[in-house]
Amino acid sequence: MLTIRQYVRAESLEQAYELNQKKANLILGGMHWMKMTTRSVDTAIDLSGLGLDTIVETDHTFEIGCMVTLRQLEQHPALNAWCSHAVADAVKDIVGVQFRNTATVGGSIFGRYGFSDVLTVFLALNARVVCHHAGEIPLEQYAQMPADRDILVKLVVDKRPMQVSYQAMRHARTDFPILTCAVSCVDGVWQASVGARPHKAALVRDQEGLLCGGVDETSAARFGDYVAGQLNFGSNMRGSAAYRSQICGVLVQRAVLAACEVK
Amino acid sequence: MELKFELNGKKIATVVEADSLLLDVLRSLGCASVKRGCESSNCGLCTVFVDDKPVLSCSVLAARVAGRKVTTLEGLQEEAADFGAFIADQGAEQCGFCNPGLMMNAIAMFRENPHPSEEEILSYLSGNLCRCSGYEGQLRGIQSYLAFKDAQKKGEV
Repeated sequence: MLTIRQYVRAESLEQAYELNQKKANLILGGMHWMKMTTRSVDTAIDLSGLGLDTIVETDHTFEIGCMVTLRQLEQHPALNAWCSHAVADAVKDIVGVQFRNTATVGGSIFGRYGFSDVLTVFLALNARVVCHHAGEIPLEQYAQMPADRDILVKLVVDKRPMQVSYQAMRHARTDFPILTCAVSCVDGVWQASVGARPHKAALVRDQEGLLCGGVDETSAARFGDYVAGQLNFGSNMRGSAAYRSQICGVLVQRAVLAACEVK
Repeated sequence: MELKFELNGKKIATVVEADSLLLDVLRSLGCASVKRGCESSNCGLCTVFVDDKPVLSCSVLAARVAGRKVTTLEGLQEEAADFGAFIADQGAEQCGFCNPGLMMNAIAMFRENPHPSEEEILSYLSGNLCRCSGYEGQLRGIQSYLAFKDAQKKGEV
């Protein structure tokens, strides 16, 4: 059971940061996962009064505040037009609309959860995180760092031309994914982000140039096998490591073909 | 701590603990339509509107609604009565326990998308679980209601 002794709506990021240095204190995201844990929190720090709940589009970037909800991501026309709806595809099966109206991007990325569709898609989009004290860090690097007491303020995505597609496999809509997969091609280099293995998402780049000669079913399948061979998979109640490894190749192939709109 | 917010159009001032959940506070204020179901953000039984958006009150700290507008089914009686008749007509409320949450979320959908396709209905309501009537009756009830509203607008009924 989660207990909270004191609730503070932060008036500044610095105040939130100072409060968060105490181990017993905690920054609140959407609270869905946190609520399932057993812990005693001294001070729950709410960032919802700091204007971090907007997606700002500039000439070259999308800046996504940490308190932006998954529903906002799903419904943002410009962001989804730019990424061929990969972001909307990634979040649309996360529980229900009510859940997505409060679950936050910051909570999902900061938690670096293995099952995170959000981490998977933003890795493929080459996103960067901006932390209050550490500054800007590539998401790929941030995903591997242990959780610390800094505050994830926003996510930044460059609006570079990109082919991208998202695929996931679930036993049923709204369930946790068995495997998540996002594929993108930036400046001619293909990469695949695969999560829910059940480990957290990781990126694999096409360092052997398997797709350099063009994308078709065969080259996409070879890239899928290559990605599956580069990653480690584990077993849990949703699927075995062997099963995940098998479907990884298939999802990567489908994602590559979808990104190129190859039927 | 003191909490002030608007509940179904009325100003409320009450005292809550830092870890009080919105679900418990609403029930203590007499909103019995807000049900405790899974308590793991999955079933949709505890759906209420915060600033007109459907949320799961079992996973929202009451403190977070300070200064905001909260609506429960008790505050949507007229809108809900119309729709509820169509759900009942299709036999889509057996035990009725999930109904308040379903109706809240369906009303949110009608407001956001007055002409949803079948796929959009299934997608929007995927966070509302029912364990006895099943979903076919709910779908028929929603589609009948939408057809009725359209006919009403055209002056056909």
